[in-house]
Amino acid sequence: MTTAMTPMQRTLAAMSFKEPDRVPWFLLCTMHGARELGLPLQEYFSKPEYVARGQLAIRKRYDSDCYYAFISAATEAEAWGGEILYREDGPPNSGSPVIRKSEDIEKIEIPVIEECPGLAKTLRLIELLKKDAKRDIPIISAVVSPFSVPVMQMGFEAYLDLLYTQPDLFKKLMKKNTAFCIRWSNALFDAGATALGYFEPLASPDMIPRDLYRTTGLPLAAEVVKSVRGPMAAHLASGRTVPVINDLAGAGFVGIGVSTNDDMGAVKEACGKKLTILGNLNGVAMRNWTEAEANHIVHDLILKVGHGGGFILSDNHGEIPYQVPDRVLMAISAAVKKNGTYPLDG
Amino acid sequence: MIDSAAPHSASLTAMLEALLAVDRVRAGRIVKDSCIPGSPVTCVETLIVPALEEIGRCWEDGTVALSQVYMSGRICEEIVDVMLPAGDPQRKGQPKLAIAVFEDHHTLGKRIVFSVLRAGGYEITDYGHGVMADDLVHMVLRDDPQILLISTLMLPSALRAKEAIARIRNELPKTKVIVGGAPFNFDPSLWQEVGADAMGRTATETLEIVNLFAREMGQ
Repeated sequence: MTTAMTPMQRTLAAMSFKEPDRVPWFLLCTMHGARELGLPLQEYFSKPEYVARGQLAIRKRYDSDCYYAFISAATEAEAWGGEILYREDGPPNSGSPVIRKSEDIEKIEIPVIEECPGLAKTLRLIELLKKDAKRDIPIISAVVSPFSVPVMQMGFEAYLDLLYTQPDLFKKLMKKNTAFCIRWSNALFDAGATALGYFEPLASPDMIPRDLYRTTGLPLAAEVVKSVRGPMAAHLASGRTVPVINDLAGAGFVGIGVSTNDDMGAVKEACGKKLTILGNLNGVAMRNWTEAEANHIVHDLILKVGHGGGFILSDNHGEIPYQVPDRVLMAISAAVKKNGTYPLDG
Repeated sequence: MIDSAAPHSASLTAMLEALLAVDRVRAGRIVKDSCIPGSPVTCVETLIVPALEEIGRCWEDGTVALSQVYMSGRICEEIVDVMLPAGDPQRKGQPKLAIAVFEDHHTLGKRIVFSVLRAGGYEITDYGHGVMADDLVHMVLRDDPQILLISTLMLPSALRAKEAIARIRNELPKTKVIVGGAPFNFDPSLWQEVGADAMGRTATETLEIVNLFAREMGQ
């Protein structure tokens, strides 16, 4: 295939396990747009108009195949009543948890999307991007899974204690979180998102034993996927994936974000024609890459998993650190064009 | 689940199984049945620490999950707290240790290290989480720990720890600094970039480093 495709055609072909004109690449930058606009991060995130302009600018600069309509996972924690902390050198983060004692699980109410300014910003961001994207550019957004969001709602330690020792309360929290996740996902699709990442770091066997995940988080994932109005890709946010790939394919996901620590040969084999692979560049390490290293790493990755489609080049966490410089992103952009044109060599 | 080439005693194997199953009662019973009364330090060194070390190794090779590392550490910490209460003369009082989550608010990593070090018989001063550079430097100068452990989750926090470590080194050049957390695991040279003396990939590796530094300090 030699004619240039639109980013949407390229992505859809790859996700149909066909070889497009070249490997699609999703540059999942939430913060670099602020640099393009010359704004401090907190001010940048204050208006969806700024973030939309930032996304347009970085897609133009790096020729990414998507817009990333995602501000921060902490936005969901804030919607539940938690604290959101801004800093000028990194993403907004969740602060004090909203669930501080067991009784709070009974009391917390499912957020009403229309009443949450942070969520409304993301919906508006999608609407703004849609004007430019039309049907040619995928708009990717993301939700945090019902099973993983308690890390922000109550803190990781308290959540693990709940998971292991208080099954009834755990179920009550999961019921509320699942209801919210479905509503929030559908709101994002209704606003114009093409596909959603389903951030589920706790699905990784690095974090939770597979057997436990299969009886806790996995049924919730399946329920969300079947209840929403668009495609979802599971993203384990740097966690290793191979042992749970079949489980997640069975839950109905169409893709999976994989780790830089994954064996990519095993990933390709496990995903087969069930899940499109998204990943797996090391965002933390890439800030120090030379142009030659970026080219070598991208080339090697494409050779391992690019054949037959089913692969979108991206980072392994779902967010590029703000410290990654322009020259590295330019080098990755050049490398995917140089090495990712189908048919692949090597 | 456990597949180590190292031979295990029956007690160690049973302890590993109990910890990975998050079975507090069984783990406590194994300790009671296996250890000689009056020799808690021997029990810590021959059963509890080896069990935690094996679990740490299994987490690194992907056969054990972080949740199991955390719960195992908590269970062992509880057991050791009963055998060796705080202030017990048999507890390792030295070197003086302190730990902090620098700038970030995710405390699981620090909690696991805290539990494993306490299960290993150490006392540690906990500086908490979200600790900013000025506060960390102030507390370290006040307490003069011989080993400082710094945990971070986010890359920006890890990078900003460099300044705090430099300030501490300037005032207390003999203080050893061990760093840990996701950014250091994803960039193996980052610990050197921030000026630390060592990096603990896992809690049990951190315990080994602390033991090494303690021996170097003659303690």
